[in-house]
Amino acid sequence: MARLIVLGGGVAGHTTATFAAKWLGSQHEVVVVTPNSKWNWIPSNIWVGVGQMTKEEVTFDLAPVYAKAGITYKQAKAVSLNPEGNESSDKPFVTIEFTEPSKAGEVENLEYDYIVNATGPKLNFDATPGLGDGAGQMGEHTVSVCTADHAVHASHELQKSIEKMKAGERQKFLIGTGHGMCTCQGAAFEYIFNIEHELNKAGVRDMADIKWISNESFLGDFGMGGLHMKVGGYVVSSKLFAESLFAERNVEWLIGAHTSKVENGKVEYELLDGSKGEESFDFAMLIPPFAGVGIKAFAKDGEDITSTVFAPNGFMKVDANYAAGAYENWKASDWPRTYQNPTYSNMFAAGIAFAPPHIISKPMSSPNGTPINPTPPRTGMPSGIIGKAVAHSVCDLITKGKNAHLHEASMAEMGAACVASAGKGVFSGTAAAMTVYPVVPDFEKYPGTGRDTDYTFGEIGLAGHWIKHILHFMFIHKAKLNPGWTLIPE
Amino acid sequence: MKKEEMNFQKSDEFSRTMIPGSFARKMRTCVIWQFIRFVAINIKMLVVVSKSH
Repeated sequence: MARLIVLGGGVAGHTTATFAAKWLGSQHEVVVVTPNSKWNWIPSNIWVGVGQMTKEEVTFDLAPVYAKAGITYKQAKAVSLNPEGNESSDKPFVTIEFTEPSKAGEVENLEYDYIVNATGPKLNFDATPGLGDGAGQMGEHTVSVCTADHAVHASHELQKSIEKMKAGERQKFLIGTGHGMCTCQGAAFEYIFNIEHELNKAGVRDMADIKWISNESFLGDFGMGGLHMKVGGYVVSSKLFAESLFAERNVEWLIGAHTSKVENGKVEYELLDGSKGEESFDFAMLIPPFAGVGIKAFAKDGEDITSTVFAPNGFMKVDANYAAGAYENWKASDWPRTYQNPTYSNMFAAGIAFAPPHIISKPMSSPNGTPINPTPPRTGMPSGIIGKAVAHSVCDLITKGKNAHLHEASMAEMGAACVASAGKGVFSGTAAAMTVYPVVPDFEKYPGTGRDTDYTFGEIGLAGHWIKHILHFMFIHKAKLNPGWTLIPE
Repeated sequence: MKKEEMNFQKSDEFSRTMIPGSFARKMRTCVIWQFIRFVAINIKMLVVVSKSH
């Protein structure tokens, strides 16, 4: 019997574990190690953050689902990896620390044959002074929608602001990124327009000033270097459409901004031109930068080999080209295909946890040397597809032997469908429905825009909202392993 | 001044982009048109999804 351990129970980890358990059956063991007791459909946190959904509608308990799937579930966090075993055993193992209340703080060494790192990110609030509390958690000055609990808190704060506006007090909303190296601009984009939509519904829009602050060098970059779409006979940059939506909804923007400090009611920032400034706010939702979760790695003799297994940002090294060098040398082929660790072949990474070879957007920095550019998005559909490919590879390695062919899922060869909400409502809601193909532009295959414009498109409307709402139910149905779950694509 | 043209004067950045007119805005929430777009977008997305697996 072989044992596969999956670290993380988010989109990538859950997909890997559930498909591996289905394909391997009861002959082999699949273990999930995740510090959370609940699964969270993160895209709908936006609606929790404006009070249009409850935490219970976007989460469910993992334990019964894993029991149904025959998966061993450990509510714990991974602390360190010993991919060569230790002095008393050659068997690789991972050290975990339980977060389950009844066993909190207990440590266990779990041996494995294969391991998939799908931990997702550490929300690195403390990278920006004042954005965090100094102890790794969100600070007191801003809100977040990165977790369901954060979104519930954000909703309460939003309601307080709405009450103030109803009482005649003008409010300034600042939404965007809390650092020059953030990703997930899409989530902030959704949140700012959902807030604008809710303020309209509450009849207080005229009492609100809404401003976007972002590390993108242009609106519509989204960490993917933007995209080009065919519209009305033209091939058009996403910049034009993003700016159009902001202007239509009367939302000002500040781009190319590294948020350098957060205080009560004020952020300090540095722009790409090197200038510095301040922006005041009454309500701010600033996405934190992401980092790896900080797992250490040790060799058999106890030597620290963390830098061999993980990149400096804490994400796991995989089969990517990390020596691509300058922007001019970047190629689509730099991006990983199998997500296998180059040093330890029984180790894989999926979703946000893999270290990308470089960013997708054009790298930028201020004259002061401060890097200000979005880091690559690796969430949603790509996470699920990568998780499934990795599960397939591991299952083949277990059942067919160590020479089995590894399955591939390069972000430079896969597309992604994305629906960004701009307001919730069965008949009044809108969302931008987009597809990109491929996610990472390939300028050798598609000279000009880097993508196939026949399969890269976007439009905003009620249809997009319906799709996003249907996807909410579909993906929770799939994640609960309800009947037909394998028929729903990632 | 038409309502949809109001925002052009609110900032220089707004004045240099495009803002949809009343017809385009109406179509965004027109149930019949959006049902047609719902079908069309789903087909497009399914094609991209099928090319990506």
